[in-house]
Amino acid sequence: MSEVTLVDAPRRRIECTVDDRPVRVGEGDTILGACNREGIDTPTLCWGDTLTPKNACRVCVVEVEGSRALVPACSRKVEPGMVVRTDTPRVRHARKLVLELLGSSVDLSTTPRVDEWYDRYEADPTRFGEVARTVAQPAKVDNDLYVRDYAKCILCYKCVDACGDQWQGTFAIAVAGRGFASHISTEYDVPLPESACVYCGNCIEVCPTGALSFKVEFDKRADGTWAEDRQQVTDTICPYCGVGCTLSLTVQDNQIVRVGSPHDSSVTHGNLCIKGRFGWAHVAR
Amino acid sequence: MLAALRRGAKLFVVDPRRTSSAQWAHGWLSPDVGSDVALANAVAREIIHAGLADGAFIDRATVGYAEFAASVEEWTLERAEAVTGVPAASIRELAHTYATAEHAQLCWTLGITEHHNGVDNVLSLINLALLCGHVGRYASGLNPLRGQNNVQGGGDMGAIPNRLPGFQDIEDDDARAAFDTAWGTEVPPTYGMHLSQMFDAMEHGDLRALYVMGENPAQSEADSTKAIALLQSLDHLVVQDVFFTKTAELADVVLPASASWCESEGTVTNSERRVQRVRKALDPPGQARDDVDILLDMASLLGHTWTYGRPGDRRSIAEGIWQELRSLSPLHAGMSYERIEALGGIQWPCPDEHTLEPSFLHGRLWHDDPAERGRPAPFSVVLNSPPVDALDDDFPLRLTTGRRLDSYNTGVQTGRFSSPRRRAETIDLFPADAEALGVLAGERVRIVSRRGAVEAPVRLDTGLRPGLAFMTFHFPDEVDVNVLTIDAVDPKSGTAEFKASAIRIERLPVPAAAV
Amino acid sequence: MDLQFQGGEASAEERGALDRLLATQAPRRDLVLPALHAVHDAVGWLSPAGIDEIGRRLDVAPAEVFGVATFYAMFSTTPRPRRVTYVCEDIACTGGAHLTLDPSTDAHAVLPSPCLGLCDHAPARLELDGGRYVGPMARTSTLRGDHLLANVGTTAYGDLVAYRAAGGYRALARSFEVGPAAVVQMVSDWGLVGRGGAAFPTGRKWAAVAAQPTFPHYVVCNADESEPGTFKDRVLLEDDPFAIIEAMTIAGFATGAAQGYLYLRGEYPLAAERLENAFRLARSAGLLGQDIEGSGFSFDIDLRVGAGAYICGEETAIFNSIEGYRGEPRNKPPFPVDAGLFAKPTVVNNVETLACIPHIVLGDARETKLYCLSGAVASPGVYEAPLTVTLRELIESAGGVREGSTLKAVLLGGAAGAFAGPDDLDVEMSFTALRDAGLSLGSGVVMVIDETVDLGAFLARIADFFVDESCGQCVPCRVGTVRQQEAVARLRSGGDALHELALLRDVGVAMRDASICGLGQTAYNAIESAITRIGMFTKGAR
Repeated sequence: MSEVTLVDAPRRRIECTVDDRPVRVGEGDTILGACNREGIDTPTLCWGDTLTPKNACRVCVVEVEGSRALVPACSRKVEPGMVVRTDTPRVRHARKLVLELLGSSVDLSTTPRVDEWYDRYEADPTRFGEVARTVAQPAKVDNDLYVRDYAKCILCYKCVDACGDQWQGTFAIAVAGRGFASHISTEYDVPLPESACVYCGNCIEVCPTGALSFKVEFDKRADGTWAEDRQQVTDTICPYCGVGCTLSLTVQDNQIVRVGSPHDSSVTHGNLCIKGRFGWAHVAR
Repeated sequence: MLAALRRGAKLFVVDPRRTSSAQWAHGWLSPDVGSDVALANAVAREIIHAGLADGAFIDRATVGYAEFAASVEEWTLERAEAVTGVPAASIRELAHTYATAEHAQLCWTLGITEHHNGVDNVLSLINLALLCGHVGRYASGLNPLRGQNNVQGGGDMGAIPNRLPGFQDIEDDDARAAFDTAWGTEVPPTYGMHLSQMFDAMEHGDLRALYVMGENPAQSEADSTKAIALLQSLDHLVVQDVFFTKTAELADVVLPASASWCESEGTVTNSERRVQRVRKALDPPGQARDDVDILLDMASLLGHTWTYGRPGDRRSIAEGIWQELRSLSPLHAGMSYERIEALGGIQWPCPDEHTLEPSFLHGRLWHDDPAERGRPAPFSVVLNSPPVDALDDDFPLRLTTGRRLDSYNTGVQTGRFSSPRRRAETIDLFPADAEALGVLAGERVRIVSRRGAVEAPVRLDTGLRPGLAFMTFHFPDEVDVNVLTIDAVDPKSGTAEFKASAIRIERLPVPAAAV
Repeated sequence: MDLQFQGGEASAEERGALDRLLATQAPRRDLVLPALHAVHDAVGWLSPAGIDEIGRRLDVAPAEVFGVATFYAMFSTTPRPRRVTYVCEDIACTGGAHLTLDPSTDAHAVLPSPCLGLCDHAPARLELDGGRYVGPMARTSTLRGDHLLANVGTTAYGDLVAYRAAGGYRALARSFEVGPAAVVQMVSDWGLVGRGGAAFPTGRKWAAVAAQPTFPHYVVCNADESEPGTFKDRVLLEDDPFAIIEAMTIAGFATGAAQGYLYLRGEYPLAAERLENAFRLARSAGLLGQDIEGSGFSFDIDLRVGAGAYICGEETAIFNSIEGYRGEPRNKPPFPVDAGLFAKPTVVNNVETLACIPHIVLGDARETKLYCLSGAVASPGVYEAPLTVTLRELIESAGGVREGSTLKAVLLGGAAGAFAGPDDLDVEMSFTALRDAGLSLGSGVVMVIDETVDLGAFLARIADFFVDESCGQCVPCRVGTVRQQEAVARLRSGGDALHELALLRDVGVAMRDASICGLGQTAYNAIESAITRIGMFTKGAR
């Protein structure tokens, strides 16, 4: 066998303390990485395994000794001797409030695990009353492939990063506006078919709340026929070009209802093109 | 590639059209269609004359350098500029950047191969890699980017006329002997026909029956009028396909098949030689059956009982066939299903179950030990050869064909999903050409080649070079572009020169009502 | 990049504006903000075709250009006349009272604005025509001081000879004599701390950047003075621009930077004009550019003008804004001294901080602070005083509380600051003394509130301010500022105080603990201090 070229040099190990436990991690690892290694379940929403941490949602904040404010676990790199606490009253309060603020302003009904986190942090998103401002708005249905339901958008920036400089290089969408009025938008909010969108659906792949969804899923949820207990996910290979992207087909009642791709695939890291993501109508029943 | 650009890599795009890739590139070279050899030879000459060739590598690992160097001597930058239309300075910049890069790759697709001299085009690129030692090393090399998801796998499995599974030569007695033993029969020791040769054989009456699986030659062949006539002239045509294609319409027997990518089990091989698992997610519709079941029944009717895996268990059957392949193809010997699944695919060669080879080939060329280094890599003397379908006063425009992002080949699969980006077939013209012809954007025109004619509306595209027109072949039911293309084929690869037809544009008579 | 533009053909005015901008410089991403200004100034708003044209020229996607444009309050993406009058609706001018605007016409738009930095001219208005300063022309306020303000009120702003005659550029010459390391040492030894509000030791910043092995280094002057009630930096920039240019040059020399950026808030067009003129004069005198005064040191400064965004005064948001992105703060670390502007080591200093530098280099031991007195004082203005001055003395030097008024409270530090009560007047106005008293010096705001002010409305305006100015990036601030605004409104209309105060505290603590930057972290400060220090909304107090 020939020699295999090492791409990454071996990393230095550094030690820190997480919840009074000594932890050794690789240099450059984040606090979130250290927590995961220790089995400390940390809520995250805007963090994505294939994206640079944006640390915008702040639901993963932890307490680091010597730091005045709480720090986001997802992006802060571990430093030697760092003392991290993940379940102090301050941390619990911040996470509870972040969940309440999000839950009171955004429709989190299709966000995985959020009910579990509500329970864990005793969050009550209804406490701000009926009149609390929300981002409620009609879903944008401007093409037959996918729907943008920004009433469910927590503004995690992941779709923008996936569309733009981190993966697709298309830059069809950006964050527009400011403050509570910030929103994901094409230029002048033109419909997708008038934008640069190439319908790779890589934004759907990274959306943490279901704000972006396949039209099929959106319609099925609307008419009450979406049934996760009747769904299976099967990995196969895209039938089109020679790149060989793995497609994770979600099938309900012998119909494809969603197409994803494993983020750890060395071929495309969860990214697909329009054909792989949406070009399966020829096997629709 | 975008990821590499973000990390500081440089990209040069050589394409007559200003593609999306060209938009991202540091340099865009737009050669006249069919002048790729001239361009490559000029790059080679510039590298040699600038003293940038890797002499040590050439001496140790290659043969034929002297003849090659002599052959490119005539390709000065100026001459190349005259022949290709690419400015000399651009050719020079590409040559120097390529030669001085620590790592460099040449990637190509059908613009290189779909020519009557496609093999020569590839050889001219191989020459460049050998010249600079950009082969057999991590992050360097030659990458044909496959246009279809399993075109590599088809070859790997021996679905080509001169190779047994694992690329073993049919004329190699030792290789054949292993198959003779395993299959209990004698494998014919002669090469079969490739697709173009089959059509020639049909034309000469030597081939009278055809069994077509998952291909739509009635629409995908160049000069489709002729192809359809030949298919119709057969004594017997069997088509096994997922769709009732135009070819199936001509068939005596149609065998509806399941869609192998989601209604069956098995493997495919991608562009980087990665064998990947395909799995069944859906039950096939109606009477459609798995390709394997059809073939097993066919064998049975012909008096052979082939058994693989547990009956009714698709994965087990597919794995049974795979195990037979592993026993016969050293390239695949180390790839168990379990291992392929665990690793997310394995690149060949993979001779044993315990190791993985580097992701690149030809590393042997860098070995210090001459015995390990093995057979030196040959330079090839390659001559420029313009397209067969020459331009003249009657056919003054060059038509090249290609794909769009959201469609695929003849559209039988992609035509069924509602793409917001899809627009109907057009004849794309350079604005100055359209103006000279007196045609406007959106105007329906007649496009005529020496073989036939079609109609399509005009679309103006500043990303073309003057004199170049572009069409896709995605909508053959509306505009059968392959009526125009030439069936001149590369004698070695059997691939037709889809990329270079000579055409003219005719204005249509204005309907009386519109006057 | 492979970008798609579908907004149509830009007008001749729009194209001409960009032609002029790009006549002397290569297109770069960091020209997005100047390009937006150029087009906006030319036609009064940003049309789809104009946005596309900017994207096409600078190789930036139109969605991104639109995202940047809509981040700034002063840019309009709907048709608007070139002539605009901004009317301040902020606390120093209105005390939170409702503002009635003159109606806009087709030729002249009248728009409400957060603090214009003209609190010494309250009620303040600012008139612009195509981005150029039109008025108010008469500026009569008290600018009292003989150290940092020595040149203020003179004509030195447009006269380099006069500036030099008054001692200008002696500090730069001295710097060249002693060398960069000695300059850094002087600043450290003197004990200068940042005047922008955070009071971070300036010498430590400089030393850290000077020691960085990666180049280039940058100097950024933070002139995005936007804290409501603050206007001292405007006064320095309008009346003594050469002092800031000299100080930035010294900072560049000391830290190994060849390029500086002066980031000025969009509401200061007069300062912009005077700075541009001063840059021109300094360049032609060889005091900016290549080989300054034969020292071998080269340094130049680009002016970058904001467009209505308080957040761009945050020390990392300013980088994003300069680089042509939305002015959203970055997470720290990395800190600016490690990876700041264009991800390179960067010194960011406030205007007043820089104004101290020439004096320090010349060995002057005097330490003063500029205080911005506004509200119910007889003579609002900028007052220079030693940090040992008390709040009472400051108010007295401004002529005391306006005649016939009774002091009810004093807002120190602006919207992100805290309220002092009538019992706090003898506190010393230094960073440490105020911190120990649970107050904050911040940017030097001293806003005196009398009995005519409806404190509930005042707090509501502060809550509105943070809602308007939150960049929207992180959840605690984006949603928390809205929930704070809602709770204040309910409290004002007689809501359940116990419930609402608990809610305010919960939200406020989360904003303070979990927000990315100082805006969210301080958005609850003033409201909290109003509750805890002067009893607002408690015990039925109004």
